[in-house]
Amino acid sequence: MNVGNDKSTVTYLPGCSPFDQRPPEKKETVVVTSMASDSHTWNLVFLQLLIEELGFEVVNLGPCVPDEILVDECRDIDPVMVVISSVNGHGHQDGLRVIEQLRACASLSATPMVIGGKLGISAGADTTHLDQLVTAGFDAVFEDGITGVAEFKTFVASIPAGTPRRLQVAA
Amino acid sequence: MSQVLRYPEPGKPVDFGAFVRTMGGNGGLVVQPRMGLCVPEDMRAGLAATKAAAATTVGTITLDSYTRVGDLRAADTALREGIGLNGYPIVNHTKSTTRKVLAGTWDHDFPVQIRHGSAVPKDIFKAMMALNLNATEGGPVSYCLPYGRTPLADSMRNWEECCDLFSELIETGVEPHLETFGGCMMGQLCPPSQLIAMSVLEAIFFVQHGLRSVSVSYAQQTNMIQDIEAVFALRRLCAELVPTENCHVVIYAYMGVYPTTPDGAYRLLGQAAELAVTTGAERIIVKTKAESKRIPVVAENVEALEYASDVASRSTPPAPGYLGEDSETYLEASALVQAVLNLDPDVGHALLLAFKYGYLDIPYCVHPDNMGRTRSYIDERGWLRWSETGSLPLAHLVEKRAAKKATSGDLLRDLQYVRGEFDCAAWAPGMLYAERS
Repeated sequence: MNVGNDKSTVTYLPGCSPFDQRPPEKKETVVVTSMASDSHTWNLVFLQLLIEELGFEVVNLGPCVPDEILVDECRDIDPVMVVISSVNGHGHQDGLRVIEQLRACASLSATPMVIGGKLGISAGADTTHLDQLVTAGFDAVFEDGITGVAEFKTFVASIPAGTPRRLQVAA
Repeated sequence: MSQVLRYPEPGKPVDFGAFVRTMGGNGGLVVQPRMGLCVPEDMRAGLAATKAAAATTVGTITLDSYTRVGDLRAADTALREGIGLNGYPIVNHTKSTTRKVLAGTWDHDFPVQIRHGSAVPKDIFKAMMALNLNATEGGPVSYCLPYGRTPLADSMRNWEECCDLFSELIETGVEPHLETFGGCMMGQLCPPSQLIAMSVLEAIFFVQHGLRSVSVSYAQQTNMIQDIEAVFALRRLCAELVPTENCHVVIYAYMGVYPTTPDGAYRLLGQAAELAVTTGAERIIVKTKAESKRIPVVAENVEALEYASDVASRSTPPAPGYLGEDSETYLEASALVQAVLNLDPDVGHALLLAFKYGYLDIPYCVHPDNMGRTRSYIDERGWLRWSETGSLPLAHLVEKRAAKKATSGDLLRDLQYVRGEFDCAAWAPGMLYAERS
């Protein structure tokens, strides 16, 4: 099953050829991040592990990421998805501000981007602020107590199958 | 370590450290809330309620998160437009406003500590010093790595400058006090030996920059026996290495995912108070039954202060001078501290090198200056352990463990372990550990 050098005259015992080893799988990168005012970390660590388990590389930008750094890093990394998590109650305002800047970058205009956590200060049935986030450019919003890990996993699973950006790249 | 409290000259505030060392230790415990209210009248009422609680208390003014990150313009906008802040904006409120907040409570029997969490704290120090407020907390590493992306070297410079500045109070006859936040890194899942090492190293840093009155923190973790071992180790290392007499220990009630039931919350707080007295620690920072849901109101804080004080009064202090055995925690913490101190005589520089080489490495901390090669887990007895030690100088002390990569599910289970244990326990809240085992 040599996939490398067909003309080689060297013979190997079965399974011992260096050409038998498949090159390490190249995983796609997801950016996990908080926003400027949120200093929480454990939510980000959990998401990193979860997304790695779903088969991606994760770049975790950590807590309190200033807008400019968030946008620059996403532009440099060019990830297959951006996952923003916020639990300090300012996620709604911060999210509206940040998504506008992210979507303004040509290379990030079609990248799947989601936001989740405890996004408002008042827990309750009113979900207008969540709709606003979608209108502003997020592909999905996961508010604590409304949508959870299962829905998030389903969304992530849908990513490699032909998102707009990937189609663009393939074309 | 009780001693006679030397009252300062009239008009000068009492030394926070001297007060706590007089009232706490040898069975006594000074109790302290987390409390930060934006409106001056509310803050004043909070201090008054803390002072009036049936316990030996000290006051707290916690600052808001805009002030914490140095965004004074945002704090100013919020004040002008009447938007609520999550703490007291000490830099933006005028001196006379803060004087009114303190009037009638802050005195020789009720010292007040300013709490913030800033890696860029110069404005905060200046605002405090202008009011002779002489007690605060933090640290160059502990207020930097867990909370953002400020480079560690920048935080180190900021804290060096602020400690030097704060020490200038000494010349005016006012004793400044600084508490290390190093014993609370990440709130949960950092093994005790590294928490202790951080606390001791930050305390040495403070003293190198002129402070004489310091305290070292330790946040309650997952197992009482391990915590007892840890606090004795902390006290012993301080006695050995922190070059000042005026040093005390402050215990933080659990800082991770908190129990949701009132009984669970009080079981956990009670155990923290018992931990403090059992190990000879002098002060405790409480958590309330509202912890898992929201910021507590003043009345809930008072209830928690009195509860902790009651449990403390029924707990037994250690024999005078007892500082524990050569426990596992002591040996690990000592190895970490010595490895760092050997890097450079200047502790600030040694700390920078230590993080660069991975001699200190906080599990799960994603700051760019943290190496990020260590991991921890909770074992079957509830002890917090190393699963991966990265480059920590602990190879000779920590048993090699078959590496099994922790999953997101494992992490979630460990994060919620304490909540489950204390919410579901069968014992009555307030019952002492010593009576149960």
